[in-house]
Amino acid sequence: MNTIAVVGASLAGLRAVETLRHEGFTGRLVLVGAEPHLPYDRPPLSKELLAGEWEHDRTVLRKQPYDDLDLELRLGTAATGLDLATQELALAGGTKVAFDGLVIATGSTPRTLPSIPALDGVFTLRTIDDCLAIRQRLDMGARVVVIGAGFIGSEVASTCRKRGLEVTVLEALPQPMVRGVGTRIGARLAAIQVEEGVDLRLGVSFEAVEGDVRVERIRLGDGSTIPCDVLIVAIGVVPETRWLETCGLVLDDGVVCDETLHAAPGVVAAGDLCRWPNALFDGEVMRLEHWTNAAEQGVFAARSLLRRAAGDEVEGFAPVPFVWSDQYGVKIQCAGRFGPSDDLEITHGELDSRQFVALFGRRGRLVGALAFSRARQLMQYRKMISERASLRDALAHARASG
Amino acid sequence: MKIVVDFEKCTSNAVCMGIAPDIFEVRDDNFLYVLQEEPPEDKRALVEEAVRMCPTQAISLEG
Repeated sequence: MNTIAVVGASLAGLRAVETLRHEGFTGRLVLVGAEPHLPYDRPPLSKELLAGEWEHDRTVLRKQPYDDLDLELRLGTAATGLDLATQELALAGGTKVAFDGLVIATGSTPRTLPSIPALDGVFTLRTIDDCLAIRQRLDMGARVVVIGAGFIGSEVASTCRKRGLEVTVLEALPQPMVRGVGTRIGARLAAIQVEEGVDLRLGVSFEAVEGDVRVERIRLGDGSTIPCDVLIVAIGVVPETRWLETCGLVLDDGVVCDETLHAAPGVVAAGDLCRWPNALFDGEVMRLEHWTNAAEQGVFAARSLLRRAAGDEVEGFAPVPFVWSDQYGVKIQCAGRFGPSDDLEITHGELDSRQFVALFGRRGRLVGALAFSRARQLMQYRKMISERASLRDALAHARASG
Repeated sequence: MKIVVDFEKCTSNAVCMGIAPDIFEVRDDNFLYVLQEEPPEDKRALVEEAVRMCPTQAISLEG
């Protein structure tokens, strides 16, 4: 391969270019990013950066010089199209980049609702520019409303409380973070949010955003209104695949890949938009929006691209999914894959406390673990999940380690 | 090779411990302890993996 193009200059794209060089690729390496910034870390955008505890220079992802990577950087330039037959990438402004190998890592973009008008004070949170714009409003002492009590919405609300701001969280589902953690843990999170002074409205329907030029109030389905200076819409993300719609790759809520993360010969995907079968979970087709996944897939996809091109055998990507969230002083960590129908056992503490581990079993196998401020134990269970341990062995481990 | 941890950034996710438990340890007090600040050269690949996978980018390597 002479030229490899990596589209997407965030965590997955950066880890991919670093790995390509580390693995000895000496050809032309083009890194394309829609944002004008060098790759930066997104988790602090809902936490330390939004809180005003950090400045943006602390979010830089790569501390070593970029010169070492010998990249052709195309920042502030979105990819607009892909031609697989001619192996050409189209970029905003009309330039083309011919490639032999391609890494697709354009991530995801916040979901919005068509019923929400583009009033001043209405935000989504994905980029560093979004974060700094919201922070400026928080500095002025805003009344904040967050739509969506998922990971991002809950962290934003936590940061607002830390800053002493009034915050109302609206969630259509009966518990916060329920898709990620299930109803029992979700109920515990709801209780913590209320204890911390969040005005948490669960199971509510949102009717309208009202205001003249600026957002002024939110109207709910029952006719009640909530005064609001800053509205943050945090109702999830959609994979950023608009530029791939006509290229012939299979898209289905993401880029559909095989177990080696190949979407087509010479084309791999990594990060939020990658959908692939995970052999560790009986080939369940997954798409993960987590930091660790973007980092691991960026590395794996780069190696997979080089090895397949060299005619080498490539093993499947089969990790234990891992995600964490810091809110209200609690470190929430989830490992594995679990859902509402799995068996649930609480260990290392009590469910009504702020320190415990929940283990999830399916047909006798340990498939997931969730911890509140029990990082040490969580990592041990993450390893047991990768070893296909039984729930019984995990519970025995819990009893033995106290 | 010397391991440097930015403890202002470290939030004790224990990912490093999952990768290299004989070098990094998060204890029950929820603090990270570096068991070997200057690990032997044959641990380099493992330590580099821990640096790469740290969710808060708190670990770096000197030398």
